[in-house]
Amino acid sequence: MLTALVFAPTAVALLLFALPRRTAPTVFWAVWVTASAVELALVIAVWVGYEPGGGMQFEERARWIPGAGVGYHVGVDGLSLPLLALTCLLFLACAVHSLRENRRIREFAALFLFLQTTCLGLFVALDLILFFVFFDLSIVAMYFVIAGWGHRQAARAALKFFLYTFIGSLALLLGFIGLYLAASPHTFDIVELTEQNPLAGRSVYGALVLLAVVVGLAVKTPTVPFHTWLPPAHVEAPAAGSAILAGVLLKMGTYGFVRIAMPILPEAWRRYALVLVVIGVVSVLHGALVALAQTDFKRMVAYTSVNHMGYIVLALGAAAATADSSEQARSLAVTGAVTQMVSHGLLTGALFLLAGVLHERGRTYDMGAYSGLAAVAPAFAAMTGVAAFASLGLPGFSGFIAEFQIFTGSLGPQPLATALSVLGILLTAGLFLRALRQVFTGPLRLPDAPGTPRAFPDMRVHESVSVVPLLVLAVVLGVAPRFLLDVVEPASRSVLELLAR
Amino acid sequence: MTEMNENPLDLLPEVLLAASAVLGLLLGSWLPRARQWAVGLLAVLACVAGIVAAAVAAVEPATTAFGEAFAVDTVTGASRIVVLGGTLLVLGVSFGPLRGDPRESEFYVLVQLAALGALMMAGTQDLLLFAAAYLLASIPAYTLAGFRKDGPGTEAALKYYVVGALLGVLLLAGVTVLYAAGRATLYPMLGDALRDAPEPLIAVGAIGLLAGVLFKAGGVPAHFWVPDAVQGSSAPVAALLTTLPKIGALAALFRVGDAVFAGSPLPWPALIAVLAAASMTLGNLGAFFQQDVKRLLAYSTISQVGYLLMPVAVVDRSDLAQQALLYYLAAYTVTNLGAFAVVCALPQAHTLDDYRGLAKDRPLLAASLVVCLLGLVGTPPTAVFLGKLQAFAAVFDGGYAWLAVLAAVNTVASLFYYLRWIVPAVSRDASPGLAEEDRTARVVAYTATVVSVGLGLAGGPVLDALAGPMSP
Repeated sequence: MLTALVFAPTAVALLLFALPRRTAPTVFWAVWVTASAVELALVIAVWVGYEPGGGMQFEERARWIPGAGVGYHVGVDGLSLPLLALTCLLFLACAVHSLRENRRIREFAALFLFLQTTCLGLFVALDLILFFVFFDLSIVAMYFVIAGWGHRQAARAALKFFLYTFIGSLALLLGFIGLYLAASPHTFDIVELTEQNPLAGRSVYGALVLLAVVVGLAVKTPTVPFHTWLPPAHVEAPAAGSAILAGVLLKMGTYGFVRIAMPILPEAWRRYALVLVVIGVVSVLHGALVALAQTDFKRMVAYTSVNHMGYIVLALGAAAATADSSEQARSLAVTGAVTQMVSHGLLTGALFLLAGVLHERGRTYDMGAYSGLAAVAPAFAAMTGVAAFASLGLPGFSGFIAEFQIFTGSLGPQPLATALSVLGILLTAGLFLRALRQVFTGPLRLPDAPGTPRAFPDMRVHESVSVVPLLVLAVVLGVAPRFLLDVVEPASRSVLELLAR
Repeated sequence: MTEMNENPLDLLPEVLLAASAVLGLLLGSWLPRARQWAVGLLAVLACVAGIVAAAVAAVEPATTAFGEAFAVDTVTGASRIVVLGGTLLVLGVSFGPLRGDPRESEFYVLVQLAALGALMMAGTQDLLLFAAAYLLASIPAYTLAGFRKDGPGTEAALKYYVVGALLGVLLLAGVTVLYAAGRATLYPMLGDALRDAPEPLIAVGAIGLLAGVLFKAGGVPAHFWVPDAVQGSSAPVAALLTTLPKIGALAALFRVGDAVFAGSPLPWPALIAVLAAASMTLGNLGAFFQQDVKRLLAYSTISQVGYLLMPVAVVDRSDLAQQALLYYLAAYTVTNLGAFAVVCALPQAHTLDDYRGLAKDRPLLAASLVVCLLGLVGTPPTAVFLGKLQAFAAVFDGGYAWLAVLAAVNTVASLFYYLRWIVPAVSRDASPGLAEEDRTARVVAYTATVVSVGLGLAGGPVLDALAGPMSP
């Protein structure tokens, strides 16, 4: 089941190349959308068949490279299932959104389908090397998306993205090898490593391995100071690429924290939790402050990602605090972190797709070039408004649920850090409101570059179809989050149990 | 002294190759020019038969032939298969450009002799036989480097020859000194004797030996010939020079490290580790701003020797070293030859800019290039990734964590120059350099690419097969 879920998109991608070159672009697009829709249906089937609190399910194992301790081992639990669902939903949204993509649609669709395989594979992988394989392949696929379909300086941004995240992945690989050698018998299997807790009582070794793993994941997340690749990559990538990059790829880092770093290296994680808390707070504040200074809409959204990822790191650090805080609070922090991953994926995905709409109409992201768009494009204004308010954490949206849990859970163990991070919400509220005011209110003004159409048409059908479900789901999660929390909570409790060893 | 085992069948792959070379030479002088391809076909058959024979021999328990001078064990078996497989690919890319050449049959004969030299180096357990194998591997290669008889070719051959002759003399001197120190040339006996030999003497001998081996492998500090020889010689020869001799040399160094220097007072692992570090770093630095694709691949091969030396350094410190080295050798050979096959397939394209627009014109060839180059970086799931993983794990295990970290940093650095080639290849504008193409070389490129990815995905059984013991 999971294997089919993971590899079906790549099979479809190969199928696209089997179609004759002259096939009409809409055929490629239709195949792509159908494949993504089937994937979403599959993941919903998995969700329906999933038993909350039942630990790892749908496991599949196969011998792969036993000589090197590597096996094919996949499965889902409450941490990975929400991210799987998010991945399928976002990829479907991107497929629908790309109807007007007329530059080599076949290659574009094939790349996205392949990218979907790598993302799904990463979230189900229960073997470190399998995890790493998908981690690296996602970088390769995203590199080609940015370099091939990006804006003017795409090649440069793509190279920067590749080099940065590849350095991170190698640090990660060194950490994985460290874990492999520490385990006896040597293995890369995450479940076995979690049971073994191989680095218990070896503080220096544990610290070094944790350092390697955390650096690798922090680059991908990204947290300060490893975030500098993010803004150019986002600004230059095509809209669908940015949505996937922010919505799914960034989660790979934070997911790695809860899946690998916390359960396998509990001692080291507890010892250095304060460092993570500090990194989290700095990311929150730095991301928000720098976002506040942006005039480019997409760049601003990119920096708010740094801010939102900071909350997750803060929560995961705070969850490792010593016994004087209640079990429940810490569990709340971890659950909040996972919820935030999902929520951020939905909202940033929507925001980047909306940024794509803006760019398609006006050929620039510069907020100063627009004004009064609400008059000509009310639907666009409304959706952007909803996404922005949800993103800044207004109650009734998923972001509020996530951040509320994170703050409630972290306040006990880390009062000062949490108090500082709450300022981040204030800053993001300020910057989103300012952006909304500038772009949507006032007298109508459109960018006047040569070649831009004067009119600003409202949302087209395919654009609405791709964005609205994301926003609806964000509202549903904000109003009735139980169906998600029921899945996440048992898993986060088990992470904490593992962490407490 | 044990009873002499002189069964030539133990050396069947080597015998086949030598016989086919001699027969090819004779055939070549009788065949009309239009039918000289028959010699190439004979060479292909010899390689295929050799691979089969080596695979059959590899199933048997490890043994030695001709006294203890030649080991028939896992290291030899794997090197045989890799060298012969690599030779097949080299023959494949040479077939097109040499078709109807006045010296077609000579070329095939020389390729076989060079491969034979690499095979002998990989299997030998005796310093004298090693010196002979070194010469056998070198002299045909010198000739091949200058085979085109043009300016760059002559310069390439001359440089290669002069450096090779000098370092070959050092190798012989090293062999002599080691003989003086240990009173034996056979590795196991020498290893025992060197335990209490004077250290300076061993050091001098070891350095002489290393000079020769590193020359063949193209590793720092004996790497000066690599860029010029590779750029100057024709693309098929360049493919040969950067792969086949390396396999023999590194397998030989592995054996020497295990049997001779492991117990000696010399800090052998540290020495190899430093050489590995220097090789990967300097190779990468050299490759950064190259414009010529062959030169870029030449520097890349120097850096790859660095990674290959990592498991050699920890030969007696980690159980993973042998698997890591042999697997990496196989992975590197097929991936590097794949990249060279793409170069051979486009004889008009010399610089990185000439590859502009390859993806638009020939998407499959571009895909091969991208897979092979990312493979050389070590992107999963290609074979080199698994090889690197093993090598990293081996040096970690052997206590050289710093080397693994340095190798990781170097891997990132190498990404930069491979991307300098990939970016124009997948860009949209076209270049006139892609006009002509060589069909056979294209097929070789596809084959190598598929094997490289397949070896990476199906690495499990291969790694298991490489775990066999070394000969006693």
